[in-house]
Amino acid sequence: MNDKKPLLEVNNLIKHFDISGGVLDRLTLEKMRIRMKKTVVHALNDVSFSIFQGETFSVVGESGCGKSTLGRAIVRLYPIDKGSIYYCGDRIDTKDSRAMLPYRSKMQMVFQDPYASLNPRMKVEQTLMEPMLFHNPSMSMGEARDNVAAVMEQVGVDPGWASRYPHEFSGGQRQRISIARALMVEPEFIIADEPISALDVSIQAQILNLFMDAQDDRGLTYLFITHDLSVVKHISTRVAVMYLGTICELAHKAPLFAHPRHPYTQALLSAIPILGFRKSRHIRLKGEVPTPIELPSGCVFHKRCPFAFERCFNEVPKLSERDSGTFVACHGVEEGKI
Amino acid sequence: MEHLLELQNIVVRFALRFGDLTAVDDVSFTLDRGDRMGLVGESGAGKSVTGFSIIGLISRPGYIASGRILFEGTDLAHLNEEALRNIRGNRISMIFQDPMMTLNPVLTIGTQMTETLQAHMDITDEEAAAMAVDRLRMVHIPSPEKRLNQYPHEFSGGMRQRIVIAIALLMDPALIIADEPTTALDVTIQAEILDLLLELCATGKTGLILITHDLAVVSQVTDKITVMYAGRIVEMGSTDTIIHDPRHPYTQGLINALPGSRHTGSRLNQIPGMMPNLLTIPPGCSFHPRCPFMMDICTKQAPRLKYYKEHERQISCFLMENQNKGSI
Ligand SMILES: Nc1ncnc2c1ncn2[C@@H]1O[C@H](COP(=O)(O)OP(=O)(O)O)[C@@H](O)[C@H]1O
Ligand SMILES: Nc1ncnc2c1ncn2[C@@H]1O[C@H](COP(=O)(O)OP(=O)(O)O)[C@@H](O)[C@H]1O
Ligand code: SF4
Ligand SMILES: [Mg+2]
Ligand SMILES: [Mg+2]
Repeated sequence: MNDKKPLLEVNNLIKHFDISGGVLDRLTLEKMRIRMKKTVVHALNDVSFSIFQGETFSVVGESGCGKSTLGRAIVRLYPIDKGSIYYCGDRIDTKDSRAMLPYRSKMQMVFQDPYASLNPRMKVEQTLMEPMLFHNPSMSMGEARDNVAAVMEQVGVDPGWASRYPHEFSGGQRQRISIARALMVEPEFIIADEPISALDVSIQAQILNLFMDAQDDRGLTYLFITHDLSVVKHISTRVAVMYLGTICELAHKAPLFAHPRHPYTQALLSAIPILGFRKSRHIRLKGEVPTPIELPSGCVFHKRCPFAFERCFNEVPKLSERDSGTFVACHGVEEGKI
Repeated sequence: MEHLLELQNIVVRFALRFGDLTAVDDVSFTLDRGDRMGLVGESGAGKSVTGFSIIGLISRPGYIASGRILFEGTDLAHLNEEALRNIRGNRISMIFQDPMMTLNPVLTIGTQMTETLQAHMDITDEEAAAMAVDRLRMVHIPSPEKRLNQYPHEFSGGMRQRIVIAIALLMDPALIIADEPTTALDVTIQAEILDLLLELCATGKTGLILITHDLAVVSQVTDKITVMYAGRIVEMGSTDTIIHDPRHPYTQGLINALPGSRHTGSRLNQIPGMMPNLLTIPPGCSFHPRCPFMMDICTKQAPRLKYYKEHERQISCFLMENQNKGSI
């Protein structure tokens, strides 16, 4: 990738959800014998990538492909099944919660629904102060107040409104407040999971500008999760495209949008509606996204892929470097057929 | 010539505890057979309420305070519920964002389609089933005969929306109103649904009103656009002219705020502030607190929607009035 040391490194991450339910739900009769059936969602299947200091690394893909699970696994909201996660060279997925504390302020998360993620019974000032005082117990009240006012100012919320409750704010204002909360602890790395998807267009622009300004001012690194490809095109440094819990392509933004290599990326990009440009055709995929409960064999995309051949049915393609910085997981691309 | 649909000065209000809220304020437009119109604007602009008013789905505390809705010559604004029910699902179909607004979870889709058909037509079960299969085929549902016996939960979100469109097509409606039909869907499925809507309108017999907040979607499908802000129409004209050369400051703001409109990585043009709560609509032009070109008159007087020949569209803005002579 490059010689810089990564800020975040994710290796061979696997995350399954067991949704078998209670014992009675699991009993099945098979060939006249009673068996216990296990139902597992294969949310992340061998995901690896690195994120470098100061970049905006976007993860895109359609609903259910595992984007949120990935974000939550990195900040340890979900335990992982296999793999490893390094932050600045330190392995963090095995740390206990005490050892994890310093990383909790360095990594912050912003969610799609600011209302659900803000405590409705807390005044904005309390919401913003709490994480800061937790990580800096010796801070004086006066200093804390000043910091809150400064950050509110920075995210464009009138500091005079500090003693109001979340419901008194609009959706866009609430998202500014959740961003402010993330900024209170002076983080280095922010994972934003669909942070503008619930907002109106004119407000989306305001919040995207806020993200870009905060990055300039503070040298932040972002993992930006979204399904909106026009947003990805605007803000990203590099982009990972996911399908059924796997990264199928990872590349710098410009080559990815100009020359998508993986057949799924090609189909996805061809489907984006572009303002004022009536498309004559987009690539139509066969069928629908299979469930992550019964993962297809071989390449997870093979059932819908217009190029699939023998090897794709049996062998899982590895994410490997094609052009400098462009990684693709596809047998067809590897063999020069696509 | 008689239009397929003509809204004349429609006002829709909601009688709330603290007073009347005007959700749709003096909205007029026309639609002909084969027209595909996009109704765009941010949430709360009054798009859905406008759509609902056409098919008589405004219920208390809402009411149509004034205006006429002429559809195939009949005024729907003053029609009783029974006559309206006869038109809904028959001459006019509506498609919602959530397919489950239309589908009944405990009935097979075959039953639902047959019931809809038999409510409006005197036909046998076999004839109804044959028509249902035909419509499912039109929306590209594979092996439709088998699918008739399945329940909504056995289909994916994208397929459910296609079934809703099949149901909307059952009676060969003259008008389809689709309210954010692809907003909940993934882009690849959205692209298929948009193709489908275009295909259906290609016959030229059906008019389409596509309600959406997504300008890129509208530009794929429609030939004219009506932009709403805080209950009023601010700009209305052909899709190409409006998308490539927006004239109302709000439309300009919306288009310039899109990530695609700027160099990647640069700051986006944002419209400051947000759309007002409809209970506290600013006096004069309701956009004036956010408008970069605001003049003295904008705070005092409401601009009227007028036709500007040189711009080939209707605009409601004092900037235009000062520069050109518009006509109502
Ligand atoms: N807590 C959970 N329990 C069980 N299954 C889950 C859970 N969270 C996510 N999943 C499943 O994992 C898959 C990936 O989900 P998610 O990461 O939310 O996708 P995305 O954010 O890309 O839409 C989906 O099939 C989803 O249903
Ligand atoms: N059932 C209702 N009761 C009260 N007010 C309503 C109701 N439905 C809609 N409104 C009001 O009408 C306005 C316009 O709503 P709507 O047409 O749904 O907006 P859009 O579809 O453009 O997002 C909203 O701001 C809302 O306040
Ligand atoms: S590996 Fe095979 S099935 Fe998978 S995307 Fe490439 S060509 Fe298609
Ligand atoms: Mg998600
Ligand atoms: Mg609506």
